[in-house]
Amino acid sequence: MKKGIARVLLGMVMGGFAMSVPYIAPSANQWAQLCVFLFAYLIVGGDVLWRAVRNICHGQVFDENFLMCLATVGAFAVGEYLEGVAVMMFYQVGEMFQDYAVDKSRKSIADLMDIRPDYANVQRDGAVIRVDPYDVDLGETIVVRPGERVPLDGVVIEGHSMLDTSALTGESAPREIAPGQEVLSGCINTSGLLTVQVGKLFEESTVSKILDMVENASSKKAHAENFITKFAKYYTPVVVISAALLAVIPPMILGISDGTVWMDWITRALTFLVISCPCALVISVPLGFFGGIGAASRAGVLVKGSNYLEAMAKTEIAVFDKTGTLTKGTFAVTSIHAQGITDQALLELAAYAESNSSHPISLSLQKAYGKPLEEGHVHEVEEIAGHGVKAVVDGRTVFAGNAKLMRQQQVECSEGETVGTVVHVAVDGRYAGYLVISDEVKPDSATALQTLKQCGVRKTVMLTGDNRHTAEAVAKQLGLDEVCAELLPIDKVEKVEGLLGEKSSKGKLVFVGDGINDAPVLARADVGVAMGALGSDAAIEAADVVIMTDEPSKLSTVMRIAKKTLAIVRENIVFALAIKAAVLVLGACGLANMWLAVFADVGVAVLAILNSIRALRYRE
Amino acid sequence: MTKTFVLEHLDCANCAAKLERSLNKLDGVQAAVTFMTKKLVLETSETQMDHAVSEAQRIIKKLEPQVVLKPRGRS
Repeated sequence: MKKGIARVLLGMVMGGFAMSVPYIAPSANQWAQLCVFLFAYLIVGGDVLWRAVRNICHGQVFDENFLMCLATVGAFAVGEYLEGVAVMMFYQVGEMFQDYAVDKSRKSIADLMDIRPDYANVQRDGAVIRVDPYDVDLGETIVVRPGERVPLDGVVIEGHSMLDTSALTGESAPREIAPGQEVLSGCINTSGLLTVQVGKLFEESTVSKILDMVENASSKKAHAENFITKFAKYYTPVVVISAALLAVIPPMILGISDGTVWMDWITRALTFLVISCPCALVISVPLGFFGGIGAASRAGVLVKGSNYLEAMAKTEIAVFDKTGTLTKGTFAVTSIHAQGITDQALLELAAYAESNSSHPISLSLQKAYGKPLEEGHVHEVEEIAGHGVKAVVDGRTVFAGNAKLMRQQQVECSEGETVGTVVHVAVDGRYAGYLVISDEVKPDSATALQTLKQCGVRKTVMLTGDNRHTAEAVAKQLGLDEVCAELLPIDKVEKVEGLLGEKSSKGKLVFVGDGINDAPVLARADVGVAMGALGSDAAIEAADVVIMTDEPSKLSTVMRIAKKTLAIVRENIVFALAIKAAVLVLGACGLANMWLAVFADVGVAVLAILNSIRALRYRE
Repeated sequence: MTKTFVLEHLDCANCAAKLERSLNKLDGVQAAVTFMTKKLVLETSETQMDHAVSEAQRIIKKLEPQVVLKPRGRS
């Protein structure tokens, strides 16, 4: 870089000197001036000339070095010495700017993904030593001090602390951590000292998986990128051939024997050569996508390829799984309707009666009860398959289960239509009321669906294996357009295939699931999104886009990023093509000189790069 | 199988595109060059990989002599 600047400055001085040759030494002939100009040219553009020669030897003719040399040497040939040197100089300065801008953006993206831990403090032979995370084995014990990054996935043996997971999830609230809990690599330990038993090798730890994914994301290219690469392939030859035609045909018509006519048209042709490199396009499009992927990963959403980001921007139909995606997937007691006893007493009886089961329903009863269940209260527990449970609690016979169980025991019960699972309780043959257990809707689900509509999604659909009644209640609460209930996993694939037929040819269908048992649907949709995937390898493998947190609202965040990225990419394509086309036309008419042409080449590239960097900066 | 390399001194976007085009002409090889991360991802069958890598070396030397093909390092 510094060498480049020095060369350009020296060339400038030499050029100035060459300009003043006729004044300093009026007696010196034209050849002396040409020599000084040539010297200046070699200082500024020697390396370009050398690369051009070398590439021709390798059989590579039409590269930018060669074209630049041809244009500037041509300028010398038609007697425009100053133009030849200046254009080369301007080109070199532009290239330097371009390198600088690319370097900058490479760095800012690298910083964004700087979640790689540099070392691990491992306990070996009674001492704590600092090693490369790659060299830590399974089952070894590592120490994570406050302020350090957790290097490998594992389980906390000792210590309490708050973990900053923002690098992985985009979530700013720290997470509390205690012995027995799992910690993921890439998080930052903010307060206490933690001792962790290593559960995964570094290669398989969360941080490595995420970095791998993001780094390889750009190898899956978007249509816009493929379009540009294809375009670039034809652009250069077409411009060079037009330049050749421009240099030859008009003079043959206008005056084949007139030297000045030839000069004029050759000069015009030379400006064509300067614009013939498609660099601005080739560089700014992938850079824009890369920035978009970077911005998404900062928000806690991993996008596995530019093509998926592009598709997200065109989402027409968003299909959601219910449990674990729009709802929390954990059951909780949502209402208690006691008859003849207090609500608390009913809950206590139900919790004790179901205390021997690990069924989600039983667990939620115990959780709602809140107090530890004492031993010795429950006897003669009997599971009645498909109905519920019978148990003797403190000497009283308790039946807890569904309405069928109540009928079987000939106990009257109210069979109201309620959302969720109802547990009826009968004590000593008398009805004691019921408890409702249902899955809770996530707090941001409703707003998530609203913002999707604002992002241009035409239709939102929920697919679930749950019963129709519950599904419809949730759908109504959240404002979904369509709901399909009581589906088996295979039916979900069929439904998605049906929906794929409903969208327009350019629109895309996005499926959002928890990634655990909906792999076939994730694969069938245009874009498969897995949610709450932090720490779930299977989900990370199966999906195209991974939302690290449990928030469905992140879907619209990534959609907005995708739209912004696509807009920037389009701006760049249109801007670069328009400027190039304009300068080509002006050049052909003799209204644009080489200076303007150099701007259309490297200047546009620099501007497009700067525009692309905007994709990286997304704020809610 | 896929193999990832770092292309050191890859400093021009059009060169990256040219490299990618030429590498994709190799029989049974899928290549992706990413200018931003200077990465090359080669995808081919296990038996062809060694051959593909040496062919890639040759093509890179021909098209962009200043670029050095390095296997992806540890960090």
